[in-house]
Formats: sequence, structure tokens, C-alpha cells
Amino acid sequence: MDDRGLMLQVDDIHTYYGESYVLQGISLGVPSGTVMAVLGRNGMGKTTLIRSIIGFTKPRAGRIIFEGRDITPLRSHQIVSLGIALVPQGRRIFPSLTVRENLTLGEKPPGANGRGEAWNLDLVLDLFPRLKERLSNTGNKLSGGEQQMLAFARALMTNPRLLLLDEPTEGLAPLLVRALGDILLKLKERKLSILLVEQNLKFALQFSNHVHILNRGRVVHSSSPEALDKNHEVKARFLGV
Amino acid sequence: MAVIFARRVLCLFRGTAMNYWLTQLFNGFSYGALIFLLAMGLSLIFGVMQVINVTHGTYFLVGTYIGLSILTWTGNFYLAILGGGLVIALVGIFIERFFLRRLRGNDLGQVLITFGFVLLLQDAILLIWGPDPKLMGEPKSISFTAHIGSFTFPSYRLFVIVVAAAVAAGLWLFENKTKFGSAVRAAVDDVEMASGMGVNVPLVFTVVFGLGSFLAGLGGVLSGPWLGLQYGLDLEILPYAFVVVIVGGMGSLKGAILASLLVGLVDNFGKGFFPDLAYFTLFLPMAVILAVRPQGLFGRTL
Repeated sequence: MDDRGLMLQVDDIHTYYGESYVLQGISLGVPSGTVMAVLGRNGMGKTTLIRSIIGFTKPRAGRIIFEGRDITPLRSHQIVSLGIALVPQGRRIFPSLTVRENLTLGEKPPGANGRGEAWNLDLVLDLFPRLKERLSNTGNKLSGGEQQMLAFARALMTNPRLLLLDEPTEGLAPLLVRALGDILLKLKERKLSILLVEQNLKFALQFSNHVHILNRGRVVHSSSPEALDKNHEVKARFLGV
Repeated sequence: MAVIFARRVLCLFRGTAMNYWLTQLFNGFSYGALIFLLAMGLSLIFGVMQVINVTHGTYFLVGTYIGLSILTWTGNFYLAILGGGLVIALVGIFIERFFLRRLRGNDLGQVLITFGFVLLLQDAILLIWGPDPKLMGEPKSISFTAHIGSFTFPSYRLFVIVVAAAVAAGLWLFENKTKFGSAVRAAVDDVEMASGMGVNVPLVFTVVFGLGSFLAGLGGVLSGPWLGLQYGLDLEILPYAFVVVIVGGMGSLKGAILASLLVGLVDNFGKGFFPDLAYFTLFLPMAVILAVRPQGLFGRTL
């Protein structure tokens, strides 16, 4: 961690898809133990930001610092092994693996910087009791809600210190969104650092400590969730609400 | 043509026809077992890495020659099987690590470089073992003719069936009961997300390529006493492997087993009934299955 207590520091990254210039110089930080929300309409670069951090799509310029270490040149599995976990957009559960195999695939003990009780299969199943009944089902036999729970659960099994959440409420029924919120609160209590990318403004405002808004690949607004909630001009202009 | 065929079929139902059918069935089945050993590695590599490894048939043949040399030096057939597999595994790992890895995502480049290695390895065969066809003896312990009633069959082919069954069982255990196996399946499902869960995908690729190559080399040595050793045999046998991969579905163990047996039987009976149309009877089932189920019997939709 650097002297400002940042878990993750994104420093002026520029990311392309082929010739398309998606992230045009993004800088933001996730202080240790906080939930940082990134909002913005579709196609503004939110998922690309997540993909850049986890190493799926490398930035052409700029640096990403995790706990004081430059992770920009590392491969995804190395980045994950340092303590970052991803709950991806669309869940991306492995269909030919059982629920148990999905959970244990990335299972690892917390690193030297880990704090609190470590996650293991029992604790994760206590948090998501629905998965307990499904352990021997393959991933393609799950409902959308169960898939989202599994995506969360398997990310926790890696005992991360930073969790990347890419639109976790997308396509979930209101009841499930509320259940997800409860889980997010529990993780927040455990001081897990979270970068939450969302379209659901209400959800993001409710659970975050700080919000950024992305527009056309740039950060155009940064404030506390309360300040954003009161700023109707910014909400109308960049989020269309 | 039709008359000749009808007469031939009629003959089969007279006299010793029952034994003929049993023998043909057994031959087709055992040939299928040999093809399985050849094709399973190709299917694994195809399914996991999306690499169209044209060199696979040549791995098989070079494996046979290496097995022959080991057999000549040591006199131990089982050592030859293992050694042929291991040497080809190392060759495969070397080629994957230093050539194919650089061309990931470049399908045409990969096909061209694997074809380049066909030419290189074929030249290596000419250089080391020479152009003349060679014979390889069966080990004495399994070289006899077995009898069940009036039905006789060469026990070496039974041995090949046993090895293929053991390989299939071992692969199933590896894929379904080991942590590395679930990482391999995760990489087949979604290679990017597998790396996002901490799976070391380049390592998985290297191991899978090595394993596929090992199977080719092992199958090659086993084919020695049966098919003989001959320059050019690699490209003759490669189409069988591709038919199995396409019919069975890429990367599917179940598909490779069934498709290999199907190809072995169809090829055997096809050559018996329509000797002039050998390739036609081989490729017809493939064309039919491709038209009805493009992903193969057990493949997933691409």
C-alpha cells in the first residue's frame, strides 16, 4: 500500500480495443477497506476499466498499482494470485464444471496481507446456502440468481483483498438485488476493498463510500454518494436520470 | 457392380459366415482402439487450445520409429511404448513452448508452422532411419493366436484394445477427478475467465500439448507391429484422426471413443465390401454428421 492508504491506484491508463480508443486517460484510486463505485451509461468504458485491471485487455499507456506494486505488465493469473478477484459481467460460470469445482478452482489461502478469518468452502456456503444443495450440479444447470451467487462465492474462495464487481445486479429480480446488497454489507464490514461498476444508481449510492462517473472513456465526476445524489445536473447529463 | 456386391454379401451368409462377421467386428473394433490413441491427443489439443495440429500424424509415425530403435537397443517392448510416448511428448512441448505459443490466435500461422514441422520431421525420419519400410516384431508374451470356440483372433490386437481402454479410463480420471483436470475443462469453457480465476493458462496449454503428443507417440509405437513403419504413413493416417475429432466433437473424450470405434468399424467393413471406395466410406459418415450436427456428436456449439 502506498502512503495515501490506496489499495488500488489506476494511474492515467489508455486502453484500446483494436483501433477503438476506449479509456482515454483514467486515474482513480480505491482506498483500503472502502467500496468505490464507478457509474456511467453503456459503452462508456466501465467494463473496459475492469478488464484493464484484471489484465484481460492491457492498457497501452499508464500504470495500475496494487498494494504498491505495478501490476500492469503481469498476466491475469499472476494478478489474481496477488489478491484481486473478479465477479465478471454476465457471471461467466464454467458450464462443464460442477458448482463445487467452480468454487475450488481458484481456492487459495489469504496472502501475507490478509486480515480477518479466511474464506473456505464451509464459510462461503454459509453465506450462500442455496449453493449447498447444488454442489454436484454443473454450472449450466443453475438459474441466473444462483449463477450470480456462485460468481460471488468463487471470487471469495480466492481470499481476495480487492474485489472487482462488474454490474452484479444486472438482470436480477429486486429480491435478489436486496440479498446481494446484504452480502455486500457483510463484506464491507470485513473491510474488503471493492471496486463496484454499476448501472443501477440506487444500488451504487446505497453501498459505496465514493463514486466516479465515466463518460466516453474519461472520469467526469467524482464525489461522495450523497453529493452525487443531490447533483441533479450531473445525474441528468451523464446517467440520464 | 451391384451384382458383384450382392454376390459378395450372399457369400457372407453361407458357411463360416458367423466367424467372418466376428472377425471383421473384432478387427474394426481393435483398429478403432488404435485410431482412438491417435485421435484423442489431437482432439484434446484442438478442444483446449484451438490449435489445428497437422503434425499430429507425424508425431505418431516418429513415435513408431523411436519405439523401434528403443526395442532394438533394449529388447523391451513395454519400454519402447513408454519411451516413444515420452520422447514425442518432449518434442511436442518444445514445439508448443517455442513456436505455437508465439502464434496464439493466429490460426493460419499455426497450421502453416505445424505443417512445416511435418516436413522437418519427415526429413528427420529419412535421415535417421532411411526411406525403406521397416518391420517391428510383436513382443513374444503377447504374440499368439487366441481361441474362443471356433473364433480365432490375434492377441496383439486385444492388447491394443486393453491399452486404449486403460488410456481412456486414465484420461477420464485425470479430467474429472483432479484439480488440474478441472482447470483444463475451465480453460475449454472460457479461457479468459479461467485465467481470471487464477488458472495458469499457458502452463495448462503446455501440459495438454505434451499429453496429446504423448498419446500420439504411444499409439505410434503400438501401431508398429501392426501397420509397419513406412515413410508417408503419417499423412495417410492423419485424415482418420481428423474424422474422429470432427465426428466426436472437439475435446470430448466420450465423443472420441465412440467416433474412433465408428471409424474403425466403418473403415474395416467399407474396405471389405467396397475396396475401391475406401475413402468414400470413411468420409461419408463425417459428411452426414457435419450436415446434421456441425459441433459433432458430443461437441458443444461453437
